[in-house]
Amino acid sequence: MSVRITDAAFEPWSQLAKYQREQAGQAAKTGATAVFVGSMRDFNEGDEVSGMFLEHYPGMTEKYLEKISATARTRWELEDSLIVHRVGELSPGDPIVLVAVWSAHRKAAFEACRWLMEELKAKAPFWKKEQLAKGSRWVEHNTPG
Amino acid sequence: MRVQVRFFAALRERAGTPALEVEVPAGATVARVWSAAVPEESFTDNVLAAKNMQYAGFDSLVEEGDEIAFFPPVTGGAG
Repeated sequence: MSVRITDAAFEPWSQLAKYQREQAGQAAKTGATAVFVGSMRDFNEGDEVSGMFLEHYPGMTEKYLEKISATARTRWELEDSLIVHRVGELSPGDPIVLVAVWSAHRKAAFEACRWLMEELKAKAPFWKKEQLAKGSRWVEHNTPG
Repeated sequence: MRVQVRFFAALRERAGTPALEVEVPAGATVARVWSAAVPEESFTDNVLAAKNMQYAGFDSLVEEGDEIAFFPPVTGGAG
């Protein structure tokens, strides 16, 4: 179970491959791996977005993501989970979030991955500020899942 | 007693500072800390609070040295 916040651009697929390699001996137990990757769009609420600043609450953000990762393991039979979230200055197309869940069977993996993503969006302390042609604005609400 | 106050995102910009220290009476609530920190602004539904890095209600009691954070609704993730 791992939670990472990074202020540098990250490549989700190589992070995933690296994490899987580090789970030595686990592969035989995990019949199912569910992965979600969310990236930055170049449009929002009808406006073109040229850049983004992502703020977080160092300490609380990690604690919250660790808490939901632990809760997921009590609700589903999971072997492991990984959450990576970007902060700082982003450009359109940049990966923002990676959520991966490993379990014996697909139902738990799909459900826990979706649940972790929705919990993250609803309550993890992150805030987005968008750069538009006419200035910048804080995003006030997330799009429904 | 003294408590540490932190602001994030739009509230940090409105407050003009990321952090400050305020003096509140013993038995004060999170709401009392808010009025000590930003007396010119009333609480709205768009303000969330955390005490020592865990979500807390406005009526939650604070203690000496607590870190109380105020921030707008969160907008992390993507997709």
